[in-house]
Amino acid sequence: MERVPVLKIGDILLVSIQIDMEDQVALQLQEDLAERIVATGVHGVIIDISALDIVDSFVGRTLATIAAVSRVLDAETVVVGMRPAVAITLVELGLSLPGIRTALNVELGIALLGKRDVGDEPADDEDEDDPAAVTTS
Amino acid sequence: MNEESQRLPVVTDQDVVRVRQLVRTVAVAVKLSLVDQTKLVTAASELARNTLVYGGGGEVEVTRVHNERRGGIRIVFADQGPGIVDLQLALTDGYTTGGGLGLGLSGARRLVDEFEIDTEVGKGTTITVVKWCR
Repeated sequence: MERVPVLKIGDILLVSIQIDMEDQVALQLQEDLAERIVATGVHGVIIDISALDIVDSFVGRTLATIAAVSRVLDAETVVVGMRPAVAITLVELGLSLPGIRTALNVELGIALLGKRDVGDEPADDEDEDDPAAVTTS
Repeated sequence: MNEESQRLPVVTDQDVVRVRQLVRTVAVAVKLSLVDQTKLVTAASELARNTLVYGGGGEVEVTRVHNERRGGIRIVFADQGPGIVDLQLALTDGYTTGGGLGLGLSGARRLVDEFEIDTEVGKGTTITVVKWCR
């Protein structure tokens, strides 16, 4: 079974999903990330999905679970790089990815993680000033 | 009306990936728009997973179709599983018996142009979807 690599950069774990994941690979990633968060003590996780040409309900649910588990382990997750067609399809599918913070690319995702107190609920007024930050809740 | 039917078994996780890839290839060949390709591949992924998880495995058939005005793709997902007891309920957003999000069937239906379910308890389920070029 293939495995998605998890890279540590400073206080962030970076995951770039470059393969069409079978369900078991997505579940493995979820476990790997939880373990790496605890082992490294990072406070941020960035998941780059710019190479994914679809996100179905299984992958969507996995992303939501990763975000929730990370939060419990004192790390904030940002999903970055979603393609426009994927966003349209996800919304039509009925998946709004509640609780997942998103940014348009890795750079904006890192900026988003850097400027807030990790673990806190996002402040609404802060988001309004920042076109790069899209929050669903 | 039919041409170029392709069949794939759906028995493992990896088969679901193969279904996605086949549907993508055919969607590109019939020149669906990028958004429609994405919708169809996503719907196929949901339905192929249902065939695997709820139907206990089965088969997918992908066919290029035409009518007088345009081309499209028809995909048939068939299993010999337990069937769906309450179809109305199964098509409700958020309803699941399998621990998922309950968006597979209802969501997939929204992503295609034609959607038909033929199910019989104890016999199996066949779902046929069609996506037409605009």
